[in-house]
Amino acid sequence: MSRNGPIALAYHALFVTFMLAPILVVCFVAFTPEGYLSFPTDRWSLRWFYAIAQYPEFISAFWRSLWLGAISSAIAVGISVPAALAIARYRFPGREAMTALFMSPLMIPHLVLGIAFLRFFTQIGLGGTFTGLVLSHIVVVIPFALRLTLASAVGLDRSIEHAAVSLGASESVVLRRITLPLVLPGLVSGWALAFINSFDEVTMTVFIAAPGTETLPVRMFLYIQDNIDPLVTSVSACVIAITVAALLVLDRAFGLERLLVGRSAGHGR
Amino acid sequence: MKAAPYLLCVPALVLFAGVVIVPLAMTVLLSFHDWGQYKGIEPVFILKNWQEVLGDSYFHEMFARTFRIAFFVTLLAALFGAPEAYILNRMRSPWRGIFLLVILGPLLISVVARTLGWALLFGGNSGLVNKALMGMGLISAPLPFMFTEIGVVVALTHVLMPYMVLAVWASLQRLDPQVENAAVALGAGPFTVLRRIVLPQVMPGILSGAVIVYALAASAFATPAIIGGRRLKVASTLAYDEFLNTLNWPLGAAVAVLLLLALIAVIWGANRLVERRYAQVFA
Repeated sequence: MSRNGPIALAYHALFVTFMLAPILVVCFVAFTPEGYLSFPTDRWSLRWFYAIAQYPEFISAFWRSLWLGAISSAIAVGISVPAALAIARYRFPGREAMTALFMSPLMIPHLVLGIAFLRFFTQIGLGGTFTGLVLSHIVVVIPFALRLTLASAVGLDRSIEHAAVSLGASESVVLRRITLPLVLPGLVSGWALAFINSFDEVTMTVFIAAPGTETLPVRMFLYIQDNIDPLVTSVSACVIAITVAALLVLDRAFGLERLLVGRSAGHGR
Repeated sequence: MKAAPYLLCVPALVLFAGVVIVPLAMTVLLSFHDWGQYKGIEPVFILKNWQEVLGDSYFHEMFARTFRIAFFVTLLAALFGAPEAYILNRMRSPWRGIFLLVILGPLLISVVARTLGWALLFGGNSGLVNKALMGMGLISAPLPFMFTEIGVVVALTHVLMPYMVLAVWASLQRLDPQVENAAVALGAGPFTVLRRIVLPQVMPGILSGAVIVYALAASAFATPAIIGGRRLKVASTLAYDEFLNTLNWPLGAAVAVLLLLALIAVIWGANRLVERRYAQVFA
């Protein structure tokens, strides 16, 4: 393979700077010792990180986001597994249409979903409730859960199941002892990707969250709408640090490319 | 066993019927309801909201701005993202993985945090971006980035760039390096190889990336709300205001449904274009 020339590498350096600059700026400003937005020059301070403790709404929003992501992703995976097995193993009328339907939340703008859920939940008495948030988050993370469970269900070697059946295993034993363990990596990576997407979701959630059920991104967004001060940069820096840590773990465990492109490992180069 | 696949899909189908299709249908219906300051939402069937959205010049201007921003974001993402994906693909083993992580990673970092970063970089006249541009002698006076379309375009391009790199990267993985080598062996220069061999093959990737970026840019909310502020309205921030400030839900629903219809048309048209192109290249 040919190598990149100096111009290509210079372009690459600029591109990486562009991608990282806003993220690094947030992290730098978070360490300011001043009471206003500024770059820490000679002195660093953790005062704005300590200040987060004074704002319980950020802390409770953080825990709510964590639970919301964990619960909705788990339910999304639970719904995705049978659907993925059906799509991977059977050729049936309506298969394509159903796949398209289950992947459709990727293509419906979250703004539209947020508005639709706001109206719907208000009508059925779930307006501003945690249950409503869970239902809506299941819908938006299902495509991610389904894509990865589907990838592992398609890549499953059926002869192993046939061997188990020929050795006398019953259908439920095959499912429990053979099929589910084999698709487990897909389930876990699907859950992880679903969780991250739920944890970051803001456009839809801003419509349906009420003052006691705000998620962390929603709380941050509403705070920024009022004013931007160092406190929100330190909260953002914490979110960035957590996401980067999760990212590194996920990349180690599954490979980021596989997670995002949705291909089985070992495919390609 | 004919029923088995359907039974397996039942949980997902129930969820989608109950929590996606019904709410969307209710939203379409809502856009035909009447609303008044004191009477609230009246469940009647009228065209008032649609006439307002389609006929009022305020809405024309707002939709034009929304699609203009989305167009420039898509253009910039394709122009800068596609070469970067190509460079990334030519890197060697450790660097390739590391920089792929660096460039795609921001996709998973909160949009609010990334947009906050741009708000800090733009920060009025003394922002870092203006200082850097003036330091390099590119501009003589500070450019206004906050509360302008340029600022929204720059920040949104950053937010959506990973999708473009990802799409082009995926299409580059299908490219056979032997074809490139063959072209070089037959005497083609690097520029000719790029233009005649690489570009036609990654074009479907660029187009599918462009569709994703365009759809997400036209419906983006947090970035235009923070960088654009209250004065620079786009479709999503306008719908948000109608829903949560003015409380004119039927009008907000009409704006959202119109945005959805416009995006469906764009995605559908672009998919047909990609398919046609694909057929031309590989027939």
